[in-house]
Amino acid sequence: MSAIFVHGLGAVSPAGWGVPALRTSLEEGRPLPLQSLPRPGWEKPLPVRAVPPPPVRPAFLAHPRLRRASPMTHYAVGAALEALGEDAGLIRSGALRLGIVTCTLTGGISYSRRFYEEALQNPATASPIIFPETVFNSCASHLAAYLDSASVNYTLVGDAGTFLQGLAVAAGWLEDGLAEACIVLGAEEPDWTAADALRLFDKRAVAASGAGALYLKGEATSTATVELAAITNAFAATRAPDRLTAARQARAQLPAGAADELLCACERGHPAWSDWPGEEWAPSEILGEAFAASAAWQCVAACDAIQQGRCASANVSITGANLQAIAARFVHSHVLKSQELTSP
Amino acid sequence: MLFPAPRSSSVAPAQRVVVTGAGIITAFGAGWKINAEGFRSGHTAFRPVTLFDVSPQRCKIAAEIDLPEHLPPNSLSRNDLWRLQRASRLLLLAGHEAWAQCGWTADAPLPMVLGTTSGEMCLGQEYLRQALRTPHCFKHQAGRITHYLVQQQSINLANALGLHGEIISLSNACASGANAIGHAWEMVRAGRTERVLTGGYDALCHLTFAGFDTLQLLAPTPCRPFDATRDGLTLGEGAAVLALENCASAQRRGAEILGEIIGYGASTDTHHLTQPQPEGNAARAAMRAACASAGVTPEQIDYVNAHGTATPQNDAAEAAAIHSWAGARAASLPVSSTKAGVGHLLGAAGAVEAVASLMALRGQWLPPECSLDRPDPTCRFPIVRKPRDANLKTALSNSFGFGGANASLIFRRWP
Repeated sequence: MSAIFVHGLGAVSPAGWGVPALRTSLEEGRPLPLQSLPRPGWEKPLPVRAVPPPPVRPAFLAHPRLRRASPMTHYAVGAALEALGEDAGLIRSGALRLGIVTCTLTGGISYSRRFYEEALQNPATASPIIFPETVFNSCASHLAAYLDSASVNYTLVGDAGTFLQGLAVAAGWLEDGLAEACIVLGAEEPDWTAADALRLFDKRAVAASGAGALYLKGEATSTATVELAAITNAFAATRAPDRLTAARQARAQLPAGAADELLCACERGHPAWSDWPGEEWAPSEILGEAFAASAAWQCVAACDAIQQGRCASANVSITGANLQAIAARFVHSHVLKSQELTSP
Repeated sequence: MLFPAPRSSSVAPAQRVVVTGAGIITAFGAGWKINAEGFRSGHTAFRPVTLFDVSPQRCKIAAEIDLPEHLPPNSLSRNDLWRLQRASRLLLLAGHEAWAQCGWTADAPLPMVLGTTSGEMCLGQEYLRQALRTPHCFKHQAGRITHYLVQQQSINLANALGLHGEIISLSNACASGANAIGHAWEMVRAGRTERVLTGGYDALCHLTFAGFDTLQLLAPTPCRPFDATRDGLTLGEGAAVLALENCASAQRRGAEILGEIIGYGASTDTHHLTQPQPEGNAARAAMRAACASAGVTPEQIDYVNAHGTATPQNDAAEAAAIHSWAGARAASLPVSSTKAGVGHLLGAAGAVEAVASLMALRGQWLPPECSLDRPDPTCRFPIVRKPRDANLKTALSNSFGFGGANASLIFRRWP
């Protein structure tokens, strides 16, 4: 088994553009203010947490492929570029083979809804510009085009836990030499259809949008000190009675935890983690529910906390909407090394 | 654990991967036999669309499936069965055939890797129509959302077969099925798992049909891949599921082996969201990567099952890619597109064409394009136009999709 290290983090969230904005919001621990999203046919709008406009118009919006791209793509590219840092130049020059894994539940839903509304009115005049943006992999394709990256590129669709599956796919590519570096993204975009649907399942839930990114390589450097230590199996949580069992099975595959460890969970006080001895964060309670993006923010927050010296290791726990319970563990590389040294 | 993944220390790092089960449903019908007959004889299965209103559109035909009245025996509850829609039914029919053939049991976790472009889009459409027309009525809306989601069709298949294990839903546009099989192949090859159920599925739906029509990619007449006067693709629907297994495991239990997957290559075409780079650079890269992973050269490929959508740009780019990849071998390398018979199955295409390639290798015949009238003169490779037997050992199947998702798979006859 090769070691996998986190070389960069990126986040575009209702807290703002960038990891520092995400960090500040989570440290403050207060749910962000709600915005209103008009819902056709309703007098009352839907409450959501939207991504605020970037402080400065991102230069990438001038790229021909990104001008008309969906909001999800803009968020994903923003998060990816933050995570990649200067390596974006190496990728463009062909000096670094980048694998891209994009994870989402709702995909380019705003364009899908717009296109189908047009098709319902008159399919003969529905916009041919919008339709290509409706395919799930359009976001990943735009990112690849922006980076001029011709290597392997997957879009995985599923509940929030899919983001951790995406990390495992990327780790496999790195181990097998299919890519020299991988960016794993979780991204979702705002639309009333998704916000409306979410409230059918949880009246308290507030839909959010944005993206998060982890940039992985198989080597450590002085700045890449967070190591991906483990991703549990994906335990089926497709029926309500199975969900707690599945979450417990996932937890059982990770170390029990300690007082100086962080848990980034999809909700605080989940019964499978109720005896967690350390600090616990639930980014969705602050930022809103953004499915794959939420999962990415959990991982970004966990890795960032380790990088900031807040903890030496952090677990991420996700019980997705209808597919799986899964968890992951990140550690400061010196911790894993010392654990290996002391293990029998 | 998904990471670090357990690997068997008793086996060599690169495992041979064989196919011990294959299920298929297309407009030819359900099952290996009827599809093998259809592909071998070069039949076409196009007819007027009846599933939704296409009267305002230029194209009015597709390779639509007559779904069997009854599903095979399965573990789904009556409530689950009532909720099953078209895509799930297609997947279940193909999955059941593969499952029955491979002879596996459901006692151990079994990963599934499935590709699709649109999941159960017909339910997404129903959801939106109701949300717009009667915005205060929520009847059936939660069920529509649940069963629309891409992962739900895989969950339905897992529940129907009594399976548990990781489910990966891969959506790389029209390469989804091939990418799913390729990823599953890598999982077994690397020793991360001994067995995987994999494939692709997609059902016809109004949104997708309207989308391709607005792009003027649909032909008003049945598609003619690589024809000089080709004028677009014809959509189809279907599913194919393959049981991939570590060769040593299959041999140990005396399983019938349908063929071997020996190579997979994936690449990304960054030229345009919907149009291939005209010289087919990324397609060529996928074919080269597949050959490199298989340890074969183009001279050792006996047949190419082309992506061959019959759009002017795709076929031209793929032809250019085949020429530059195969070099002198192209002049004698048989090529055909089985989309001439069953249409473009989008997320199912790569999986259905993988099964068609296995059928050809197993039966020792080449799938013809009987509807081809005048081959495009820029295609300087022999396009299979008439049913014929052939001595095939190795076949390569291409799948290229929107967003520049490119995948090539290489299959070898067994034994």
